[in-house]
Amino acid sequence: MAKIVAVTGNEAVANALRQASPDVCAIYPITPQTDMMQKYASFIANGKVSTEPILVESEHSSMSACIGASAAGGRVITATSSQGLALMWEMLHIASGDRLPIIMPVVNRALSAPLNIHGDHSDAMGARDTGWIQIWSENAQDAYDNTIQAFRIGEHMDIRLPVMVCLDGFIISHSIERMEYLEDAEVKNFVGEFKNFLPLLDLDKPKSYGPLILTDYYHEYKRAQHEVMTKVKNVVLDVAKDFEKMSGRKYGLFESYRLDDADIALVILNSAAGTSKDVIDSFRNKGIKAGLLKPRLFRPFPYEEVAEALKNTKAVCVMDRADSFGGYGPMFMEISSALYQLKEKPALINKIYGLGGRDYMPSHAELVLNELNEIASSGKIRIVKEYIGVRE
Amino acid sequence: MKQKGWKDLPPGSVVLEGGSAVNFKTGSWRAYRPIWNKENCIQCLLCWIYCPDMAIKVKDGKRGEFDYDYCKGCGICALECPGKKGKNAIEMIEEGK
Ligand code: SF4
Ligand code: SF4
Repeated sequence: MAKIVAVTGNEAVANALRQASPDVCAIYPITPQTDMMQKYASFIANGKVSTEPILVESEHSSMSACIGASAAGGRVITATSSQGLALMWEMLHIASGDRLPIIMPVVNRALSAPLNIHGDHSDAMGARDTGWIQIWSENAQDAYDNTIQAFRIGEHMDIRLPVMVCLDGFIISHSIERMEYLEDAEVKNFVGEFKNFLPLLDLDKPKSYGPLILTDYYHEYKRAQHEVMTKVKNVVLDVAKDFEKMSGRKYGLFESYRLDDADIALVILNSAAGTSKDVIDSFRNKGIKAGLLKPRLFRPFPYEEVAEALKNTKAVCVMDRADSFGGYGPMFMEISSALYQLKEKPALINKIYGLGGRDYMPSHAELVLNELNEIASSGKIRIVKEYIGVRE
Repeated sequence: MKQKGWKDLPPGSVVLEGGSAVNFKTGSWRAYRPIWNKENCIQCLLCWIYCPDMAIKVKDGKRGEFDYDYCKGCGICALECPGKKGKNAIEMIEEGK
């Protein structure tokens, strides 16, 4: 029986983590994640979960502690944001290269300088190439559901990779929403017992992690790592199917919203997708065929499926809440790579919005959809990449 | 030795057996060579404890010769060696001299 609650995104995810009963959790505070790990620490203190907490002195150490604990053998979690994720950088590659299924919610926040604590996607987009699986979440329910599924995906015996579950800082982490909790027993059963794979603490079969591998084998190891990523999509879909059976909530590689017959479409991640869907509805009411694609699995990126979903549109705008300075927004690069393989492709533009927590308003979506409508009829693109909601 | 292809590698580059360092003779890394002066040795075995490799052979509880196949010449043994009456039992000399 589901339990309907009104909670913040941080509390929802903390509960998902608790329900998976991890063995070890490395804890270090950073806004806006802090209160997720604080809630988790109170679960431990109140005997609601038997996780061993490791209080560390930085995020570099927190990821190092996770790597050690995960290699030793056990279910391991932590959580971070922004500068914390940036400080973990070198350890992120080690976690994935060692194939350690660490589960880490990332409460998305802007990167310094200038210092800003609010939500944008610069942190996790910067960790795009670290070899982690990335799953993105629109709201507290998504973040809760994705966290539970992340354990099954990362710990799958064919995968064994670390997973980031991304949710928007403050907009989701600190806002109270109505959502549904699953029963502890249901989640326990869904996630299952942690299965060890090459644990260091197996004294009968000694092992070493992290050897020096030079020109003779490094290339082969990376090829093998690429291969594992190609298997993730199917596992994500299988896990989503099982999750739907339990919860009634449906998940895929991405969400298509009124996209089937759409002429114009937005591609947009996380919380801003919710705002955009309302505006899509109002355009539909005006008789304009607008639709939306909200990516969920960003690494590995489902290029073929996304291309298939967008191929009948005339004009698409990819909305990025992060910038690759001197390049296009990171999501735009993925979508244009996906569409390039099509013979006939929609016109494609890129808008950068909402950096450092700048509000994304329905009027922004209207502006962009109107522009797409013009592009669809004239075939003319005024400018490929542009900041919106910015003062001149 | 035929090298393995990417499909045959252990996941995560985990080394699946203990003591496999014996397969890699790393003595050629050495720039300085430790020399054992038997007459100054008091058989305390500190060198054996401190050697980060296993390049000091011990047999029947007695210190034996260096194993130059694995000694990397780090000099830790020479630094830790108390020797006899202030006379060090391990001396580092430059390789090739
Ligand atoms: S020089 Fe270093 S490696 Fe060689 S025997 Fe002494 S401690 Fe061991
Ligand atoms: S540390 Fe020096 S004195 Fe002690 S056993 Fe080794 S060589 Fe001999």
